[in-house]
Amino acid sequence: MIKLYDYELSGNCYKLRLLMNMLGVDYEAVPVDFYPGREHKSDWFLKINPLGQLPVLVDDGVVLRDAQAILVYLAAKYDPSGNWYPVDDPAKLGDISQWLAFADGITSTASAARLHEGLFYDFDIDACRAGAHRLFRILDEHLWFAEKQDRDWICPGAHPTIADIACFPYVILSEEGGISRQDYPAIRRWCDRVKRIQGFIVMSGVFPAGPAGGRLNALSAA
Amino acid sequence: METAVIERSACADSVLLNDWHVVADLSALNSERPFETRLLGTDLLIHGAGDRVRIERKCDSGPVQISKKYGFLWACLGDPDRDILHIPEAFETDRFIVTGGSIAVGVSGLRAVENFLDMGHFPFVHTGWLGEEPHTEVPSYKVEITDQDEVLATQCRFFQPVASPTASGGIMANYEYKVSRPYTVALYKTNPVHPDRMDYIALFVQPVDEEHCIAHPLLCYLKDNTNEAELRWFMQLIFAQDKPILENQLPKRLPLDPRAETPIRADASSVFYRRWLRHHNITYGAITAPQ
Repeated sequence: MIKLYDYELSGNCYKLRLLMNMLGVDYEAVPVDFYPGREHKSDWFLKINPLGQLPVLVDDGVVLRDAQAILVYLAAKYDPSGNWYPVDDPAKLGDISQWLAFADGITSTASAARLHEGLFYDFDIDACRAGAHRLFRILDEHLWFAEKQDRDWICPGAHPTIADIACFPYVILSEEGGISRQDYPAIRRWCDRVKRIQGFIVMSGVFPAGPAGGRLNALSAA
Repeated sequence: METAVIERSACADSVLLNDWHVVADLSALNSERPFETRLLGTDLLIHGAGDRVRIERKCDSGPVQISKKYGFLWACLGDPDRDILHIPEAFETDRFIVTGGSIAVGVSGLRAVENFLDMGHFPFVHTGWLGEEPHTEVPSYKVEITDQDEVLATQCRFFQPVASPTASGGIMANYEYKVSRPYTVALYKTNPVHPDRMDYIALFVQPVDEEHCIAHPLLCYLKDNTNEAELRWFMQLIFAQDKPILENQLPKRLPLDPRAETPIRADASSVFYRRWLRHHNITYGAITAPQ
């Protein structure tokens, strides 16, 4: 069975739990004492990932680090429909990859701000927040124009892709870092749509969608 | 989420100034750079690690009394008029004694204590773990002030789908809660493997200022069928579900006026806690009742 080296409060671990649940893939989570135990910097863990970072996924002898890389692997291997990561569509793969890199930018800004506020990490909080707002502005504009073309997701197409899953966790957790989403209405509507994807699950700090259903309701409520 | 710096007068409650408060998990300290924190509105610098720890006030470099216990660093801004709380369970050898992971919360620490006492929110905030609909009723329980002047709630019962990291199915969990100091609360909870024994969790709440706190959990769990990583996983899973709820409570300080909020029977422990705080003249982190 797939083994996920996991930390409950990590948005990067959450995005893997999220995709695996949406794909209906079984896995075993191995809790790593990230905080306060810093087990991800321990000798045994550094042998698995010399970067000392979570998550790590082990499947069929394949050992992978980096949340975005693992999303690529999981979707390519376990989604026969090819919707989440269409391996035969080069233009779309390029588009998805650019948003996976964008998700890394959200991690180094919005996630860093959250670690500073909640778990006392020594980061420049003002720079983290300013960086996150810059990225949120870009994402909001992108999603706003997408909606004008009747698109629901970050990349064109009727179905969400791993780009949505990669960007979602640290956007939805941003308030914990003192980054309000008040000024990003298109992001808020998109978050609501992600929460309505079949198989969506929460993590601590993320709440399920409200009872109203469908895109129309989501739009009028926003 | 507020970003403005809150300027408030320093704490004037002698009960709090002359008591010990956790200010750091000892494992978080290192000798390379000082660890900055704040206690009762006073900025502190923690220097060093291990045997060479000291704390000074940031404003005038004045020394602060320290102590180490239960894996935490403790500080007292005044002259301690009592010892750090004695926890017999922390000395039982068949338990894991671990710090649970300190987490900052943007709310008064008194609100965090009160939330810890509350069972009514389990099905809604800890859905699928400490509660689930339709099992929302809080059966009546007993609250008293003990001879040692603690708030003690007993005979608490609640149906829990996953009551602890070792749970394998829903159980009727038995709880007892005890508030020993204004910012210190603990619970005893049925161990799912040994129904005759109780696991113990203390929450030492550091009043950062009146509207911010840091929750420092101490876990004393029976060792059977679990490990430290799993205990910390469960504690943080649960506490991080409370965090956004707490941070959205208004007002951020705890109202002590009995007329300020409308309690129901399930809130009996909260009613006792607020009354007990009034009795001890606690004002820091509170909105006091008119005289």
